[in-house]
Amino acid sequence: MTTLVHTPARTGLSAIRVEAVPVLIFLVLALVPIAAAFGPETYWLGLFTRVMVFAIAALALDFICGYGGLVSFGHAAFVGIGAYAVGILGAHGVTDLLISLPVALGVSALFAFLTGTVCLRTKSVYFIMITLAFGQMIYFVAGSLAPYGGDDGLTVRARSTLLGLPLFANDRVFYYIVLGSLLGSYMLCRAFVVSRFGRVFRGARENATRIATIGYDVFRYQRIAYVIAGAIGGLSGFLLANATEFVSPAYMSWQRSGELIIMVLFGGIGTLHGAIVGAAAYLLLEDTLAGVTEHWKLIFGPMLVLIVLFARGGLLGLGESLRRKLFPGRSDP
Amino acid sequence: MSTSLLIVQILNGLQLGVLLFLIAAGLTLVFGVMDFINLAHGVQYMLGAYLAVMFYALTGNFLIALVLALAAALVFGLLLEFTVFRHLYDRDHLEQVIATFGIILFLNQGVKVVWGAAPLNLPIPEIFSGTVVLMQGILYPVWRLVIIGSGLAVGLILYILVSHTRVGMLVRAGATNARIVSALGVDIRRLFMIVFGFGTMLAAFAGVMIAPILSVEPGMGDSVLILAFVVIVIGGIGSMRGAFIAALLIGLVDTLGRSFAIDILRLVMPPSPARTVGPAIASMLIYVLMALVLYFRPAGLFPARGR
Repeated sequence: MTTLVHTPARTGLSAIRVEAVPVLIFLVLALVPIAAAFGPETYWLGLFTRVMVFAIAALALDFICGYGGLVSFGHAAFVGIGAYAVGILGAHGVTDLLISLPVALGVSALFAFLTGTVCLRTKSVYFIMITLAFGQMIYFVAGSLAPYGGDDGLTVRARSTLLGLPLFANDRVFYYIVLGSLLGSYMLCRAFVVSRFGRVFRGARENATRIATIGYDVFRYQRIAYVIAGAIGGLSGFLLANATEFVSPAYMSWQRSGELIIMVLFGGIGTLHGAIVGAAAYLLLEDTLAGVTEHWKLIFGPMLVLIVLFARGGLLGLGESLRRKLFPGRSDP
Repeated sequence: MSTSLLIVQILNGLQLGVLLFLIAAGLTLVFGVMDFINLAHGVQYMLGAYLAVMFYALTGNFLIALVLALAAALVFGLLLEFTVFRHLYDRDHLEQVIATFGIILFLNQGVKVVWGAAPLNLPIPEIFSGTVVLMQGILYPVWRLVIIGSGLAVGLILYILVSHTRVGMLVRAGATNARIVSALGVDIRRLFMIVFGFGTMLAAFAGVMIAPILSVEPGMGDSVLILAFVVIVIGGIGSMRGAFIAALLIGLVDTLGRSFAIDILRLVMPPSPARTVGPAIASMLIYVLMALVLYFRPAGLFPARGR
């Protein structure tokens, strides 16, 4: 598979460098609740909580997809597993996040480990299709869970608690918890990407044979990355179930996986913070267009086509080329 | 399970199989020859059904509606190829997925705007509307047999076209290595257009044929699209023979699984959990099959690609 964006090789020194764009993104996200206080607060908080929840999943997808060339078309499965962990435990009266969070992360990581073992044997298009297959399997499993609502899904009666403390009950507090989770996931992925592990992982995307020849077990590295991405997807699902107080098989439909890919591509693949921008752009655009007309997809569909045709590198790429035009003399910051 | 039920379900499985073959044939050619993931292939199937309903309402004749629908679908498909797809061939798979996903969104909503969200119906042509006695006590709708027959006929025509004509030879060569074919002086763009147009017509044909059995509604192409992808991946991308065998396999496995999963499970577990687990296993069956095939043969059953 050809590469979309060439990530410049980062040395150990520049790894520590603080980049302006991600800082700006997190700053804006941190200020949203303050701005929201002046408008319809619950609406804005809810919308941006949703944005960040999906940004976490998109971030994880960008990690394996943008840096490792592993285009997963079943990433929504992990989100669904995380969400169902909350839903099913909640149905049995277990709401403490000290139990539900490890279960959400653990089960999605385990699912990633098992499916990754099979999926990673295949390449490019076949990888896309086999991840889709596993996504569909878990989707049908969720739909058959009759005691937990089957196809209709189930309502999460109470948001997760910490040692009996209703930590997630306050929308504003919950918002900052989600923001913290997003920041944590971002830092984790960033750390992995710039590490020695990340260099091998990225190298395997460029030329797996060469990396294998140097003496690295490419499969093992890819599987570790896949498990990390799966667990982060599970975290996203854990938060999603708490945000919507509802879980349903629709969370893991293939359309959802497609949306996650769109978010990654929307923002700019292989940048990590691009996934956050992409998730925000996608969901805000959807929300805005849906407010304008019920036929918003008539506008949104062609927009996707136009973005692919004319905005290579996504919104960040667009910003970058704009910056280059405005300040032609300067080199990369 | 009785023998008569088994026979009926096998026929139903074959019918689903040939339907999937009609869709997968175009998909696997486009994918194999042009290395282009066309998610919008499913909406072309949907469009075929809608166009047939529209032309039937205008003319009142199924055959004329079929011909007009195919022609209109071809024109529309070539229009899409010309305006959008053509610029995506040398792009990354990921970008192709996104752009064609955008087209799905647009067309699914588009048919809703034009024809409404309510499901539409296309009547079965008068002469094929009855049932036929297969064996003592087994009645089977004639139209389903017509679908099976026409699907097999198309398969035969495709086989002759692909393996015994000059264009077919180029298509096979293109599926193996398009770049070399182009270097040998073949107008690859023209070949792409022929392949694409043909694939579009096959998908539309599938849509028209199935329209009298299923309801014609927005989004009807989405589930079929995923099944068609499963078919071409199992069969080996670019392989017509692979698509044919895999389509029949998937059709049979899916249909028989759905019909008999509960009964089979009841042999090994109590009825109540069997009723819960059965449908889930039946739905998963083809994906399990696909995962198994890819695990043992990472490039499908009949890999066509030489690179």
